[in-house]
Amino acid sequence: MSDLNALLHSRSFVELGARQRAAALLDAGSMRELLDPFARVKSPWLEAQGIVAQADDGVVVAKGTLGGRPAVIAAIEGNFQGGSLGEVGGAKLAGALELAAEDNRNGIPTCAVLLLETGGVRLQEANLGLAAIAEVQAAIVELRQYQPVIGVVAGPVGCFGGMSIAAALCSHLLVTREARLGLNGPQVIEQEAGLDEYDSRDRPFIWSLTGGEQRFACGLVDAYVADEVDVIRARLLATLEQPGDALPRSRQYARFLDLLARFDAEPQADAASVRALYQGDQA
Amino acid sequence: MSTVLSQRGLNWLRALTGNAAEQPGYPASVRVVDASLGGQPARYIAVVADAENRFPRARSGEVGLLEGWSLGRALDEVITADRDAAVKRAVVAVVDVPSQAYGRREEALGIHQALAGAVDGYARARLAGHPVIALLVGKAMSGAFLAHGYQANRTVALRDPGVMVHAMGKESAARVTLRTVDELEAFAAKVPPMAYDLDSYASLGLLWESLSVAAIETPQGDDLARVQACLEQAQVDIRNKGSDLRGRLGAANRAASQRVRELLRAQW
Amino acid sequence: METLSFAFPAGLPASRHAQVGCVGSGDLEVLLEPGQAGSLSIQVVTSVNGSAERWRHLFERMFAGGNPLALNVDIHDFGATPGVVRLRLEQALEEVSDV
Repeated sequence: MSDLNALLHSRSFVELGARQRAAALLDAGSMRELLDPFARVKSPWLEAQGIVAQADDGVVVAKGTLGGRPAVIAAIEGNFQGGSLGEVGGAKLAGALELAAEDNRNGIPTCAVLLLETGGVRLQEANLGLAAIAEVQAAIVELRQYQPVIGVVAGPVGCFGGMSIAAALCSHLLVTREARLGLNGPQVIEQEAGLDEYDSRDRPFIWSLTGGEQRFACGLVDAYVADEVDVIRARLLATLEQPGDALPRSRQYARFLDLLARFDAEPQADAASVRALYQGDQA
Repeated sequence: MSTVLSQRGLNWLRALTGNAAEQPGYPASVRVVDASLGGQPARYIAVVADAENRFPRARSGEVGLLEGWSLGRALDEVITADRDAAVKRAVVAVVDVPSQAYGRREEALGIHQALAGAVDGYARARLAGHPVIALLVGKAMSGAFLAHGYQANRTVALRDPGVMVHAMGKESAARVTLRTVDELEAFAAKVPPMAYDLDSYASLGLLWESLSVAAIETPQGDDLARVQACLEQAQVDIRNKGSDLRGRLGAANRAASQRVRELLRAQW
Repeated sequence: METLSFAFPAGLPASRHAQVGCVGSGDLEVLLEPGQAGSLSIQVVTSVNGSAERWRHLFERMFAGGNPLALNVDIHDFGATPGVVRLRLEQALEEVSDV
């Protein structure tokens, strides 16, 4: 009976849009959106290419509190241009993180949560998207010195391209079973390396390598959570309460180089061999 | 395939460091040399092609798993070594990277995390006060450039058709955006951030300086002297102005990047 | 892609603004803001060319002669069907109407 109640009252996070996601995670009533859609700061590049722009360029920046702590959430809308980052959306993300770091230098302990649903660079704004992602990465590393920068990849788009590198720089990373996380999109790998290397139509194969469950089993993310608003929010609050002092994963070159030295790169990799490698030194 | 692998990165690394000894213990695809810049110690780093790379998808100069993590190591070493130094040594990334490594092993083992290792190193070096300069002598593509060069305080490019910054090669970009290569090129001609040429890239304000050289494949003589002088000036400029990335904002073709930051600050 | 404008007589201005939807495939974004008293003006940017009559019919059915709220409506459309357009508009109108 209580299971049924829980089911009836659970709310899917994956099904929410970017703005709703930010509102659902922040303390009730605390959300204040910056550069909202009515500011109409749209992409200056899309309409010249015959592509309809969105009023917020697909990125929602919201200030508020998380368990009473000052926080900023930047949420990418995966349904607009595949969550791709162009000049404006990229600058919103980078700028929000830069201001959060500045807060910390001024004694305000603002933390950040990034809701990542993105294919990476928006190719219609190619070099400006790439530059913005470099700046997002710079700002994550800067802010991470002071306060947690928590990445959430919920799905269904997943997190790819330069933004997967950004995700991997976060102090903590949460995924659901609907998430995929990887540098290169399956089609691009297939095009660049061939069908034998990577069959982009073989969905079970792709999920087995890059899905949330596998990434968690390999220790490449910190938490594997159910697709429920309350569960994800609780996990965020718990992480902020006890961020821990582990060396960020992106600083663990010694461990990863040691593991890679032991990995037999001759045969093709599969999910099991990678799990065995990455779980081997954590027993 | 008998593509001739680019040697530019290796050639410039050797020329800029006077053929000084490479640091031991790195994979053959990551060359790390401690030399000097403007009379001060500096670390030079290049990712180069290694036909024998254990990871077959990273044999042509791509930034892959070993390369990403090894860059992280090369940077952490200088951060640690100079922790108590009054003057932090400069880091020069010699950039000729055709792409990140596209492969099954790479995705399975988390190449995104390896590249984050490199970005982390460069960003922390910058934050610690090391002047970080990227010298583009060849391709600077996509995730490879994010991992090796894009965290630099100042970017210097050599003017040559082989020097190119982009998010994706033309053929793949056309396929992903459901366009033909011709259509892509037509858009690139009127949309500067989509273009593949260096002048368009320069118009975005992301380059600090660009230099013409007589012989890009064989750095020597006057070419080498002018590039060295430019890197020295970049080092001085960074030491005078601080180690953030603000110098990249301000170009007319990047006005929105600045405006968004101003509006965010006003509403913060 | 084309940009279309429409205007209808209206009553008093709405007292709030609202945003619903997303410029995703088969969907659209609707922004409503209080307009000048007596006037409902609509701007549509759509990825579908030659669709002016379809939009006109839809808006006439929804707004003509109904004394709607005075609003400035911005629509950014990525090929939504009339059913989806109507659904989004009704969602947005519900958010701005005084309960």
